[in-house]
Amino acid sequence: MDTPPRRYRNRFVILAALFVVVFFGSFLVGRYSVPPLTLVRVLWARIVRLVTFEHVVPAALWTGTEEAVVLNIRLPRIACAALVGAALSVAGASYQGMFRNPMVSPDLLGASTGAGFGAALAILCSFSYFGITIMAFCFGLAAVTLAYFVSRFSRLNATLGMVLAGVMIGSLFSAGTSFVKLVADTEDQLPAITYWLMGSLTSVKGRDTLFALIPIAVGTIPLLLLRWRVNLLTLSEAEARSIGINTDRLRLAVIICATLVTSASVAVSGMIGWVGLVIPHFCRMLFGYDYRRLIPASILMGATFLMVVDNIARVITAGELPIGILTSFVGAPVFLYLIVTGGAERER
Amino acid sequence: MSVEVKDLDFSYGEIPVLHGVSFSIEDGELVAVLGPNGVGKSTLFGCLLGFLKPTSGSVSLFGHEVHTLSRRELARCVSYIPQSAAPVYNYTVLDMVTMGLTGQLGLFRAPAPEHREQAMEALDGLGIAHLAYRGCNRISGGERQLMLLARALVQGARLLVMDEPTANLDYGNSFRVMERVRELTRSGMTVIFSTHEPNHAFRYAGRVLALKGGSVLADGVPGEALQEETLSTLYGIDVAVRQTNVGGETIKLSIPYQGGPEK
Repeated sequence: MDTPPRRYRNRFVILAALFVVVFFGSFLVGRYSVPPLTLVRVLWARIVRLVTFEHVVPAALWTGTEEAVVLNIRLPRIACAALVGAALSVAGASYQGMFRNPMVSPDLLGASTGAGFGAALAILCSFSYFGITIMAFCFGLAAVTLAYFVSRFSRLNATLGMVLAGVMIGSLFSAGTSFVKLVADTEDQLPAITYWLMGSLTSVKGRDTLFALIPIAVGTIPLLLLRWRVNLLTLSEAEARSIGINTDRLRLAVIICATLVTSASVAVSGMIGWVGLVIPHFCRMLFGYDYRRLIPASILMGATFLMVVDNIARVITAGELPIGILTSFVGAPVFLYLIVTGGAERER
Repeated sequence: MSVEVKDLDFSYGEIPVLHGVSFSIEDGELVAVLGPNGVGKSTLFGCLLGFLKPTSGSVSLFGHEVHTLSRRELARCVSYIPQSAAPVYNYTVLDMVTMGLTGQLGLFRAPAPEHREQAMEALDGLGIAHLAYRGCNRISGGERQLMLLARALVQGARLLVMDEPTANLDYGNSFRVMERVRELTRSGMTVIFSTHEPNHAFRYAGRVLALKGGSVLADGVPGEALQEETLSTLYGIDVAVRQTNVGGETIKLSIPYQGGPEK
């Protein structure tokens, strides 16, 4: 009999290779063209400098503009796309397991709507770009915390209580966002809010990427370590507990991690839908249901996908399309195709 | 002694469910729990498995009070097979069985090849090793029940609680699954299962516990404990109990009927 582990390993290698190719290829995409050789030189020079603190590659081989484009504009943006894509996918995969529902997305407990409200409020108060990021992050965390504590007092079962509380808190925050939009200055604040809510990586700076990196890493590492146990959360409560799992504690750990990751990514990129919902599905089609493979695969595929979409956003129009719109435009047809051709039925 | 329940009372808030339930079960017994809907069979199981804390009285497994044990320790004492429901995600049978070992693994550890082998052996022992890489939503109800049995076995507990193990199984699969369960008890495992079918108690169980109104109505060998009157009281219908010989074994059967005018 065909043993699945080998088949999965090959696919994983392909996915990892694709990630690397897309990562470096993305530096070449944009309105200012950078020759591949120059790209290699610039990146290599920077790596050498970071390691040895010396300039060993002569800087005369490229122009200052090329270096600025590669290191100051494209690197943060590509890294940010990869981070956000990975973060949303990993959070989505975890939520889908925890709530035993493949139609769940990482904003189920209000992380994105909370972050959206925080950002809108910050724009209303004319905060700096970085201030907006911080506000979005804090409000995302606050929304989920609120939902979690409300559900602790509910008499419903744990997951149902949490979902209902999350949906309600989410709608509260989105009403708040609407109110902020209503009172915002229609000349510049309202467009800024609207544009932010659509999701964009256009104005991402190195500092934003570094800011997002920390919570995303802090959230993703425990999820990677706990990933076998996340499988157990997909069973019924009674089954998981009888096997010897403290489901309350495990669920709380997963919520904290997924929320950190979601809030941080929404804070830097705005609302990017679709990725957290559908990338885990693609991964299940290709890698099966076991979270030991699903979490790493979601990270790689989410990162690759969002880098690709961001590249498209960068070149398709002069004004740059918000990436939140493009994710659906690119992803939904692919997913529809897979549904029709029965990609999910291929595993036995 | 596998199970010892003393004066167990349980109520959900103001609503009493179990009252003064006492019984004990020896190692290797196969016990059927019988009773009408809503009598508290699931509540009793909840108390045995440590999901519910008794209002008063005590429940101990292998000499340990249930509520003093951690989830992990409890998992070493008792395993549980819930009423069959298709899992949301289509894990392979092997993965599903391997999950039974999780309670024994460190927090951040995933199962190693030797754990997978252990799961494979359990599947082999139940004669379903060929299903190992099949998706668990693509096997029959009987096969799924055997898979869950394998998962309970790798968990390493000596007591197994099964909630209506034959509820969604056809005639043949019910028999096959229950025969496997009976074999397990011969090797010293203790099994408690709930059922709505008195004939399953007659056919498979060495002992029956009949619950009525939250208390024990009858407790003993099915052939003796389940008299016609007992079954009639239990379910509020007329029941005839007959016996017959099959392959040298005397088996009792219960048949419900509409009471005639002479009764």
